[in-house]
Amino acid sequence: MNNKRPTIYEEFKAKGYSRREFVTFCSLMGAWLGLEVSGVSQVAKALEAKSRPPIIWLHFQECTCCSESFIRSSHPLVADIILDKISLDYTETLMAAAGHQAEKSLHDTMTNYKGEYILMVEGSIPTKEDGVYCCIGGKTAYDIMQEVAEGAKAIIAWGSCATNGCVQAAAPNPTGAAPVGKVIHGKPIINVPGCPPIAEVMAGVVVHLLAFDRIPALDSQNRPKSFYSRRVHDTCYRRPNYDAGLFVETFDDENAKKGYCLYKMGCKGPNTYNACGVIRWNNGVSFPIQSGHPCIGCSENNFWDNGPFYEHLKSFPGFGIESTADKVGLGLGIATGAALGAHAVATNIRKRKLIIKGRKEIEAESSND
Amino acid sequence: MEQNILKLDPKLKLVYVWQQPVRIFHWVNALAVLMLCITGYLIGAPLAIQHGTEASFNYWFGIIRAIHFIAGYVFFFNFIFRLYWGFVGNEYSKWDNYVPYKKKQWKGIWEVLKVDIFQLKLGPYETIGHNSLASTTYFMTFIAFIFQSLTGFGLYAAMSPSWFPKLFSWFVPLVGGDMAARHLHHLLMWVFILFAMIHIYLVFYHDYIERNGVTSSMIGGWKFIEVNEDEDKMNED
Repeated sequence: MNNKRPTIYEEFKAKGYSRREFVTFCSLMGAWLGLEVSGVSQVAKALEAKSRPPIIWLHFQECTCCSESFIRSSHPLVADIILDKISLDYTETLMAAAGHQAEKSLHDTMTNYKGEYILMVEGSIPTKEDGVYCCIGGKTAYDIMQEVAEGAKAIIAWGSCATNGCVQAAAPNPTGAAPVGKVIHGKPIINVPGCPPIAEVMAGVVVHLLAFDRIPALDSQNRPKSFYSRRVHDTCYRRPNYDAGLFVETFDDENAKKGYCLYKMGCKGPNTYNACGVIRWNNGVSFPIQSGHPCIGCSENNFWDNGPFYEHLKSFPGFGIESTADKVGLGLGIATGAALGAHAVATNIRKRKLIIKGRKEIEAESSND
Repeated sequence: MEQNILKLDPKLKLVYVWQQPVRIFHWVNALAVLMLCITGYLIGAPLAIQHGTEASFNYWFGIIRAIHFIAGYVFFFNFIFRLYWGFVGNEYSKWDNYVPYKKKQWKGIWEVLKVDIFQLKLGPYETIGHNSLASTTYFMTFIAFIFQSLTGFGLYAAMSPSWFPKLFSWFVPLVGGDMAARHLHHLLMWVFILFAMIHIYLVFYHDYIERNGVTSSMIGGWKFIEVNEDEDKMNED
């Protein structure tokens, strides 16, 4: 790493943070990342010794909610060092430079730190009509992505857009929006899904990269295991109500007031892997379920196409919007029952003939004997 | 009185069709599927039960789910046993009855459709073991069994500390995540319910119309079959 750059700890001090705040931050990060106690001092030592790696943060088809979430990290140190100083490198939303200057700074970072910089991507990349649906500085998102990814050490895909396409990729996906993993191959990609991801999760992933110089343990979908290995359902404080069979039936009933389980309101917690129930949002103040709203499963692949937010079953294709598997199944059950009834009637009419026929045959045979 | 007593058709012979392991499989499977459908439906659409007490006093939904998971294990291993029996069992339980890879089986399916379902021809179309249509249907339910096991254990893996369900977790991302797997699992439940309705009806129908004792054959293993002198005819089925 370039020694001319100040270390991360020096940057902290320059910003006016105390040693105590720094250690608190390291402990928090250690806890979120699930490190053992000795790991905390490793984090602290690494941040004292290392300088911040150059970072390029690209924005494509997105709403910037990932950046918004990131700057609201409960402990502001990471957001501070990365976002305040990020104008040194490149990010469309927050950098000071504009126009040709901005393009130059992107170019400089790419050439000066080839193979060293970390590429962070917010947003999906349109692939239809040669990618014309998202162009920056005269280049398509697709081309920019290929160019910048080339020299990146690692890529972090922020949010659902960059990890699975999010709403742009929802059916019928008019722009052919694709996540980073579909357009870039052969580079380590860390997927951090969520709409947006939790600020502390984003910070945790960055700190892991900074402190250990390697990618955190990832699951089969390239999500960091420390944050995405458990279901919201299994870490939900309302879970005892689920096991007790106590459910909110409507949003304004007594059960809702008592804080019962939101499963019947379409809560996607049982199908969603995220850390909302543990880390929560806005400095641990709350998370959707705590605020009385079912989880919409925003960190799951294609969550926009996974059925209505307030119902648990998808609508059944070809049978209208209101039809669920249960309604179709029940309809088929009734139809089957009716068909069986008709068949039974026909059988009985036929059976009279068979009985008479059978009896005659047997009688004929016994009289022959 | 005399009129109501039918003499036993002298051509009817008792044939031992279903071996004991097949019968045990059938009833264990029936019970497991029944439990799975009831508890599964409740898991999808829990009853609206009001309590005056705190959550810590109740656990009915947890018990429903526990029954579902236990029945799931029973269902799965029972199924594995039946697959094994498809290789070591008698001629009526052998795997090649079920996979419709012979032209004769497809012809048989058409015959059964004409005689039993559309009632175009006066029957009976008799076979000793399963008829071709039934065996093909069972083959398809076995495929449903496989998908139900893959989605069921795949979904269960996330909440189980056991290594066994984890063997199935690779399947969930293939269908597009937990939500999609859950949907598939739920749809297949209806396939089981519809199958059970038609299956039970047709067993009664055959017993009624053919007087071959097919209903009780799954208890005792014996069926009354019209055995012709022509042995080839019998072996053909």
